[in-house]
Amino acid sequence: MKTLKNLGYVLGLPVLLILIWWAATLGTVNFFVPTPASLVETFGEVWFGERIFTDVLPSIGRLTVGVLAAIVIGVIGGVLIGSVRWLRSLLEPTLEFFRAIPPPVLVPVLMLLMGITDTMKVVVIISGCVWPVLLNTIEGVRAVDPVLSDSAHTYGIDGWARVRYLVLPSASPQIMAGVRQSISLGLILMVISEMFASSSGLGFTIVQFQRSFSIPEMWSGIVVLGLLGVGMSFIFQWAERNILRWYHGQKEVENAA
Amino acid sequence: MQPDSTHAAPEAMLSVRGLKKVYQSDGGDVEAVRNLTFDLRAGELACLVGPSGSGKTTLLKCISGLMAPTEGEVLLDGKRVSGPPKKMAVVFQEYGRSLFPWMRVRDNVDLPLKNQGVPKAERDRLVDEALEAVGLSHVPRSYPWQLSGGMQQRVAIARAIAYQPEVLLMDEPFAAVDAQTRADLEDLIRIVWKKLGITVLFVTHDIDESVYLGERVIILSSSPTVVQEDITIDLPDERDQLETRSLARFTELRHHVYEQIQIAKKGHRPAAAGTAGAGSTPAAASGADVA
Amino acid sequence: MSSKTLTSGAAAPSVERPHRTARKVPTKQLLGLAGILGFLLTWELIPRLGIIDAKYLPPASEVIAALVVDFGLTAFWVAVGETMKAWFLGLLMAVAAAVVLGFIIGSSNFLRKATNSTIEFLRPIPSVALIPLAVLLFGVKIESSLLLIVYAAFWQVLIQVLYGVADVDMVANNTAKTYGLGRMARIRYVVFPTALPYLMTGVRLAGAVALVLAITAELVIGSPGLGREIALAQSGGAISGMYALVLATGLIGVLINMLMRFIEKKTLSWHSSVRSEVVV
Repeated sequence: MKTLKNLGYVLGLPVLLILIWWAATLGTVNFFVPTPASLVETFGEVWFGERIFTDVLPSIGRLTVGVLAAIVIGVIGGVLIGSVRWLRSLLEPTLEFFRAIPPPVLVPVLMLLMGITDTMKVVVIISGCVWPVLLNTIEGVRAVDPVLSDSAHTYGIDGWARVRYLVLPSASPQIMAGVRQSISLGLILMVISEMFASSSGLGFTIVQFQRSFSIPEMWSGIVVLGLLGVGMSFIFQWAERNILRWYHGQKEVENAA
Repeated sequence: MQPDSTHAAPEAMLSVRGLKKVYQSDGGDVEAVRNLTFDLRAGELACLVGPSGSGKTTLLKCISGLMAPTEGEVLLDGKRVSGPPKKMAVVFQEYGRSLFPWMRVRDNVDLPLKNQGVPKAERDRLVDEALEAVGLSHVPRSYPWQLSGGMQQRVAIARAIAYQPEVLLMDEPFAAVDAQTRADLEDLIRIVWKKLGITVLFVTHDIDESVYLGERVIILSSSPTVVQEDITIDLPDERDQLETRSLARFTELRHHVYEQIQIAKKGHRPAAAGTAGAGSTPAAASGADVA
Repeated sequence: MSSKTLTSGAAAPSVERPHRTARKVPTKQLLGLAGILGFLLTWELIPRLGIIDAKYLPPASEVIAALVVDFGLTAFWVAVGETMKAWFLGLLMAVAAAVVLGFIIGSSNFLRKATNSTIEFLRPIPSVALIPLAVLLFGVKIESSLLLIVYAAFWQVLIQVLYGVADVDMVANNTAKTYGLGRMARIRYVVFPTALPYLMTGVRLAGAVALVLAITAELVIGSPGLGREIALAQSGGAISGMYALVLATGLIGVLINMLMRFIEKKTLSWHSSVRSEVVV
């Protein structure tokens, strides 16, 4: 009975909205808004075919590589910079400035420096996505509990062991917050770099549809991007729940007190 | 000030010599600790008490190698302490912040050994024994934050025990724990101490606790700190929360320590500042002494 | 009374007179400055030494000179104005909508549960997915930018407002009820102050996002503003000019950051703790 009720909550509003959409487009043919039926039909036509391999998968591939590379660079750099106080003071203002630059402007810059290649698109993603992870990692490393740090030190847990057992786990909530920002940023940059400077990929395809006024196709492209965003969000939440299980548990206990 | 080195007892496990710590800040230098000198024999359980701000934490940080003294030195088994020594374990007051929240109890106790490269079979044995010694064999898979304060401190103690140190430093470990749990933990410390034969330096602000636990109580003056007095506790070896605390001798000793601390709070300090012998026994007080 | 082992009070010195040490120079700020200068120096040297072709990466001095020139041009400030206009209007609309909806949804358990799936589904949809739609509907007008900005900023604020309303102390709320405060009064005196810190966090996050989307829209769609100027500079070969504009957007980003933090601090000066961001 409870699951049925929960299901009702989950599906209720969406179904309602879809019904309204369907009713609103009944009968008349609106240029801007396709009917639900035609959208579903178009969706199948457009995306389940060769396009998956020529556009969708390569785009997703670049995105994944870019975001993962950004995370690795951000974490490693963040641990290094965060652990050496003078280095942090030296670099922090410069890094904050870089973070403040809206990532999309890097597209024309990198296009200039690297031409329009797959590498360039990946570098665009990396260059935008590294900042949230890097700066959050620095912050997380800096904020390691001093009592815990002393404890580890007295037991001879130093050097690499310290990073592995103390610093990284302690900073992981901060790092995960940065990763979440990175992922949404990555998606944006992937789309932009393809809309602005490309001849293939998801972003390019969707823009093509719009330019040729293939409206239902365009909408189907929007839906694909939406699904991609939601999918990535799910994957992230699943990963976060596992990695930060101890953190959530601890917070729960603290809040109950 | 030259430390008095006539008490360089060769069998001393822990030696504090002329320890001095000056903190530098924008407002000027602050001398927190002026001169601390005392020795601990191997297997001794000594308590350190003092008024607030008497530099107990500073002293502990210097002894444990977490902080370098401005002058003076600490010797562990004859060797100079310049960083956290391998044969020393520390139990902090803030148990919630000294255990790794992302590891289960067992892994917490296991980690220092794992870090030293102790083989797994040996590690398992040590961890099991330690957990049993503190009475936590039933919660190895819990996370620290799932446990009560007293249990968390037991985990910290288990971790220290499993590490097999020669010297155990305890920095007001039971200050943040409720009174009943504190009594249990005090007894636990004495049991563990006797069983393992380790040297224990127990820092506390609780006068009763210091007299109940220690073979010896070192009283600190207020800052800049020196040793105010060093007392031998001549209570029977078998201590019991109810029995021992109702002994007349307990009350006398307790009274004496309390007096000394009151004096220390007022800023008085001994003429021969700094040195402490192996401990003098205060004479049984007669009624006239109480002014 | 005197104890056997003590000197009397008068002779014993207490705390030593502290002697003045030299005031330490603020090392942290100096290092930071050194870092910035070091970066500029590296930027200057890389093209000059030919590591990267100066055609594609002009030296820092040239770019900064171009930026200074820009500061004197009306066209530059017009573009900045356009970007700021879009940013401000978009942010305003997003915050207004998010506050209203957030309070309505947040104060009803039913609404909260009913809308949860929809919010969690719509939220991760990237604003940029709406670019084709924006072009279709509004072309290169500012409304295109606004569509993107509002969509992205709205979610940031909404999520935070929902958290804020959820955080209302039940005791305080019930106490207010027993004193006969109606719904509107309770919202004003109990709910709003609790939610305010969250709201300010949301506004700060939204402010940053809004800038990103504003520039994005201008860059990709061509609506008026700095983003469009950057695209034009790039396609027209004015490379130093393009880099200068990139720097300008960075500076604007930093300024907006500072502005948002300032506003947050001012509005929350009564709040004992500046709440840290809810990890969403």
